[in-house]
Amino acid sequence: MTLNEIVQKLISKFPDNILDSNPEGVEPFIKVAPSDIFDIIKFLKEDPEIDLSFLNLITGVDWNQDNRIEVVYHLSSVAFQSHKLAIHAFLDRKAPRIPSICGLYGAANWHERETYDLLGVEFEGHPDMRRMLLPDDWEGHPLRKDYQFPEEYHGIKWA
Amino acid sequence: MPYTDRKDYCASINENFGCCLAVEKLLGCEIPERADYLRVIMAELNRIASHLLVTGVFGLDTGAFTPMLHTFRERERVLDLFEEICGARLTYHYIRIGGVSQDAPEGWLNRVREFLDYFEPKIDEYNQLLSENTIFINRTANIGVLTPEVAINFGCSGPMLRGSGVKWDLRKNDPYSIYDRFDFDIPVGTGEKGAVGDCWDRYMVRIREMVQSVRIIRQAVDGITEGPIKAKLPRVLKVPQGEAYTRSETPRGEVGFYIVSTGEDKAYRMRLRSPSFCNLSVLAEISQGSMIADLVCILGSVDIILGDVDR
Repeated sequence: MTLNEIVQKLISKFPDNILDSNPEGVEPFIKVAPSDIFDIIKFLKEDPEIDLSFLNLITGVDWNQDNRIEVVYHLSSVAFQSHKLAIHAFLDRKAPRIPSICGLYGAANWHERETYDLLGVEFEGHPDMRRMLLPDDWEGHPLRKDYQFPEEYHGIKWA
Repeated sequence: MPYTDRKDYCASINENFGCCLAVEKLLGCEIPERADYLRVIMAELNRIASHLLVTGVFGLDTGAFTPMLHTFRERERVLDLFEEICGARLTYHYIRIGGVSQDAPEGWLNRVREFLDYFEPKIDEYNQLLSENTIFINRTANIGVLTPEVAINFGCSGPMLRGSGVKWDLRKNDPYSIYDRFDFDIPVGTGEKGAVGDCWDRYMVRIREMVQSVRIIRQAVDGITEGPIKAKLPRVLKVPQGEAYTRSETPRGEVGFYIVSTGEDKAYRMRLRSPSFCNLSVLAEISQGSMIADLVCILGSVDIILGDVDR
């Protein structure tokens, strides 16, 4: 299948939740409504003709000018070399919440934890939503554009 | 750019490579042919150096001291070649956006050929010393078995994935740079000594990959052309608005660079998908039910670089 056909199939299956798509660009992507991310990715993973069974990465981008946080999923296929797709979902910056896809990919666990740690996105249904890289009692999420680096941490000051 | 050197310090050149590919994808710039060849030669030499390190250290993990002395002796020769071309022995920063930093000095390509002639028979030596060693086989076969389904599900890549018998190498399956011009095979784990995807398979894939790297370098050294080594780019790069995700094969697996640009001279957001991070996440899954003493062995065969895990 070409990426165009994949996206057409997806749109016919989820007509209301695919907000935008560009399967023929340099970086093929679709934009989806965050509430249905689990079902959409499940369909992409489990349809044998699409087989996006390899999760490359999950990450987030803070667009503080627009008051949004974007979560990006990069999926690819092991069976079909040309199948690569980025999935974007935009969340409200004040309370970013999105369903977790840990049930689909084991790899999602650590990626979602890192996104939570650095950008503060809550993944609903994640089995272990703790910080990944920073200490558990750290305050704030450092990759937010308005983050202020703390003066000290438990009496340790940075020069 | 120099940060990518420090991320996976055992495979700096492969990391540089991936980063440059992402920026060049956004810029849409063409790379001179000679630079492409130099990149491939250096990347494959670095792959050999990195696999040598892992092989030796994995021997140490399982209680074999001597193989490390042998692999480090050969690694030293690779580092000498690196020092000659770019002046550094650890953080090379050799591959630059648009090309490479320096051309090969006179006679360097011949010295690469000499190294390959010297190195190829040494691989048999490692097999005699370590791969076929009964104690080593007893410690690694059937230990930490990673099935292909779990490997794909957890996003494992590189020797981890191939050790489980999945024929997947981005140099072949999603060719970047000029890798489609070379003839080489993808070694996969076959479960010769135990189950498919055990520690021995992962180890052996690395040994066999070194043979393939030697093949690639030979073809590249023979095919290299004369010409410029850098594309003409302005001093301050303003990358056009947009985003790019590129993936490339490092000795540890798939490294991905995701860059979001808003048209400034700095990236708005950059996220690295590092192979060690994803490979390490499967550790809990594959070590369940094994002995504590085997954990060292499993961790050694996963081959993590901690700089690559926490970036």
